[in-house]
Amino acid sequence: MSFINYSAREINCKIVYYGPGLCGKTTNLNIVYKKTRPESKGKMISLATETERTLFFDFLPLSLGDIKGFKTRFHLYTVPGQIFYDASRKLILKGVDGIVFVADSQVERMDANMESLDNMKLNLEEHGYTLDKLPYVIQFNKRDLDDVVPVDEMRTVLNPGGVPQFEASAASGEGVFETLKAVVKLVLAELKKGA
Amino acid sequence: MSQASLVMFEEESVEITEIITRLVKEANAKSAYLVDKDGQLISSAGETQDIDSTSLASLTAGNIAATGGLAKLIGEQEFSILFHEGEKDNIHISIVGHRVILVIIFDERSSLGLVRLRVRKAGEELGKTIQKILARMDSADSKENLLEEITDDDIEGLFS
Ligand SMILES: Nc1nc2c(ncn2[C@@H]2O[C@H](COP(=O)(O)OP(=O)(O)O)[C@@H](O)[C@H]2O)c(=O)[nH]1
Ligand SMILES: [Mg+2]
Repeated sequence: MSFINYSAREINCKIVYYGPGLCGKTTNLNIVYKKTRPESKGKMISLATETERTLFFDFLPLSLGDIKGFKTRFHLYTVPGQIFYDASRKLILKGVDGIVFVADSQVERMDANMESLDNMKLNLEEHGYTLDKLPYVIQFNKRDLDDVVPVDEMRTVLNPGGVPQFEASAASGEGVFETLKAVVKLVLAELKKGA
Repeated sequence: MSQASLVMFEEESVEITEIITRLVKEANAKSAYLVDKDGQLISSAGETQDIDSTSLASLTAGNIAATGGLAKLIGEQEFSILFHEGEKDNIHISIVGHRVILVIIFDERSSLGLVRLRVRKAGEELGKTIQKILARMDSADSKENLLEEITDDDIEGLFS
């Protein structure tokens, strides 16, 4: 849930990167962190296992300039992708203002993508949210690999609703900011609408 | 969207900051933070300059969320107080009015007993203030128009 603080003159919003294990959620945040000016970002926190698998969440606070004299601040979170971390995933969705679903374009990960998308819808519903009503974009990641599913097919399967979708190779940074910008815009537009 | 924004006005912020500033003093604590359950920092007081408050807010909310999950697992509603003891500094975390989280950092100049006592009193006051904010947000006529005035150009301008 966004937090508008008149005293600090800040608008704070929460964006969650969701998707199956190893699809590149943490990589997205790492790239955003690396390519953002020091004054615009806070500390990145990764609660990860010793093998760098996300255990609870990654967190990156980001400032994106002013609107009407208010600083806009976005808190980016990733969820752990492994199936058995479902309890943690659910917790992180609480109060979400916008969602990026990161899909893994590799042929053998399509089942995992679908499973994760279903799981996300369920977890949102348990919080009383519906995906259709949330600012939501989808990223087809790992386009640089050889054995990837054609974009058309990915759209049919994962994005029948036609939300903004982006091809990315997060590891090299491609598509990362396009995705982030799109969800930020939707979140702000939603705030405006809800006002 | 089902969830409205949490909106805090200047005078409400002042009221909250006054309460936690007094709490820091009366509890002999180093600092106090009020954090929303979603991880946003609402206010802080005391010696806060050495601690990254944004990280603190996010981790505290994560901590409360995780222990809340544990509580449900064993059939409790929530654990309303958490205490972490360090070698020098300690953290006392409590839930105020089911809605926000009060974090106190203190060292040997204070004690858990004193912090508990003062937190209970301040918690009641904070609870009332939070209730007031929520009630004000519920009343339709007080909807502020800051967000309505945002234009598409404003949004576009963030990325130029
Ligand atoms: N080839 C390729 N590898 C990627 C890409 N994005 C992420 N990876 C790799 O995929 C693995 C898992 O990424 P990670 O961000 O930890 O996944 P998470 O589980 O979704 O957080 C890492 O080894 C990344 O380097 C990409 O666009 N292309
Ligand atoms: Mg990860």
